[in-house]
Amino acid sequence: MSILRAEKLTRKLTGEVPVTLVADADVEISRGEFVVIQGPSGSGKSSLLYLLGLLDRPTSGRVLLDGEDTSGFDEDRMAQLRLEKLGFVFQFHFLLNEFSAVDNVMMPMRRLAKLSPAQQRERALQLLHDLGLEGQEYKRPSQLSGGQRQRVAIARALANDPVIVLADEPTGALDSKSSDNVRSILRALATEQHRSIIAVTHDANFASVADRRIEIVDGRIVPPPTSTASATP
Amino acid sequence: MKLHFDIALSHLRGRQRQTIVSLFGVVLGVGFFLAVSGLMRGSERDLIERLVDTAPHIRVSDEFRDPRPQPARTLYPEGAVAIRGVKPRSERRGIRQYKQKLATIDAIRGVQAAPLLVSQAIFSFAGQDEAVTLSGIMPARMIGVSAIENDITAGRLDAIDANPNGIIIGEALARKLSLAMNDTVSVVSPVGNVRTMKIVGLFATGNSGYDESQTFAQLTRVQALMNRPDVANLIIVRLDDAYRAQDVARTIETATGYKSVSWQESSKDLLDALTVRNIIMYSVVGAILLVACFGIYNVISTVVLEKTRDIAILKSMGFHAGDIRRIFVIEGALIGVAGSALGVAVGSLMMRGVQRIEIKPPGSVESISLPIYWGWDQFLLAAAFAILSAVFAAWLPARKGGRVQPVDILRGAA
Repeated sequence: MSILRAEKLTRKLTGEVPVTLVADADVEISRGEFVVIQGPSGSGKSSLLYLLGLLDRPTSGRVLLDGEDTSGFDEDRMAQLRLEKLGFVFQFHFLLNEFSAVDNVMMPMRRLAKLSPAQQRERALQLLHDLGLEGQEYKRPSQLSGGQRQRVAIARALANDPVIVLADEPTGALDSKSSDNVRSILRALATEQHRSIIAVTHDANFASVADRRIEIVDGRIVPPPTSTASATP
Repeated sequence: MKLHFDIALSHLRGRQRQTIVSLFGVVLGVGFFLAVSGLMRGSERDLIERLVDTAPHIRVSDEFRDPRPQPARTLYPEGAVAIRGVKPRSERRGIRQYKQKLATIDAIRGVQAAPLLVSQAIFSFAGQDEAVTLSGIMPARMIGVSAIENDITAGRLDAIDANPNGIIIGEALARKLSLAMNDTVSVVSPVGNVRTMKIVGLFATGNSGYDESQTFAQLTRVQALMNRPDVANLIIVRLDDAYRAQDVARTIETATGYKSVSWQESSKDLLDALTVRNIIMYSVVGAILLVACFGIYNVISTVVLEKTRDIAILKSMGFHAGDIRRIFVIEGALIGVAGSALGVAVGSLMMRGVQRIEIKPPGSVESISLPIYWGWDQFLLAAAFAILSAVFAAWLPARKGGRVQPVDILRGAA
């Protein structure tokens, strides 16, 4: 059962020199599946991720989230879907510097307002503890290391219990130890919590733990090698 | 809303210096708004109070607003009547049957009226002649209608009833002619009658022109002096509510036929000038506040620019464009509210300072404090104007913030 399906997704930038970022992309993501998107720089990996994450609108094609066609949705409806069903992790932590770690994690919960303030705080603290950030809850991002910040960002992405976590180069700015840590966390989210993970990465180690890879070149998804071809030496 | 408020507050704290400068602008704007408006409205009210307190609310004179229609026009209202070379009939001046007219006016609710015979006279004393206005009055009626009783500094107003040859004059006139209480003075009327009258009272209104020229005597005595028995040429009216004067004046004019002029009509030019002055004043103080709000526009524009990445992140999390707009509008409102609160305090201090300044207006013999209006409405107006301007100043960059497309920013940041 797919949680996310994209059909013939195309994204073009109009301007003096029109650019096609993504062309005719068909993607299907199952619940609990860990998928990485790989490709050379400028191939359209992030653009595809943003389209799948409802951050951008396709020029043509459609995205179905949990069976719901999002193509006719206005900006507010898309934002509400992101709030309720999706979580984002970026290469840079992108935390709000004026707020503590726990306040950053509470931010999406406060916007959704499904839990009471006490429950929001409790959940935020639990998420931070689960990600090994005990004792760092009330520190500001500037007082945390790069790896810690990224884990806070992951906790924030998980705040509203999303069905899909989208990550754009989540280990791109981390050292190898922190990268391993983040990779393990995301893997566990898919395996243990049955969340779908879609991550853009250049990191081969990171990609190695994924269930499936999507290769993209010049905006087009490269079909996976057939079993016959892969058997050929 | 609390979430938006927290984010807005964090932005302002992040740019403390700029926030304080724009806050200072609003504080000064509101402060000056209040000081100028308080002074202007205070002087306006003071002027109107003086008009209302010192002068009658309505003056019914022995004149007609429009010339009486010619009989031929009355007879042929639809006819093409041309009348030339009309000579007005010589009539005895004065309000006909003034006692009946007075009774008609007395019947109106909330009204007190007093008849006067106002004429010119010459005071002759110690070889000096002085032209004065001699008003024949009925003290019992005058007390309820005119403020002259309050300005009596020696003697009593009703002393002219006790002594029919008594006269009350202004202190300034007394000084000019070296007169004192109980002195006698020769009064010559325009018809040549001469009577020796005794000073039984002195008054000082503070208006030197009035105090030098106005005198009061008993109505019947003045009627006799002027050879105009049983005549009054002016009825002055005072109302419980001075602001009903225009309506009551119309009623009196309809009932008596004589020209009845309310204080608003007689001071129309002055009141119009006050309106123009108010428009100018509010334009200037409003401009001060608007300029102050450019500071808010500046600080919030800068915050929007600086926080573009944060806006993109908030939107990627699921914040709507409306949430972003609300955050920045709250920032403007916070500066507006805090600036208004402090501005009201600063403005009150400025008003108190201005109130302590004493001046001597031209034509007045006493120093007075600058009048300040302390009505809550101007505080409300200043605060509301400041907050609305601040919100408007914030709205423009807030709208821009709401339009930020997260993808554009995230692509650039990656």
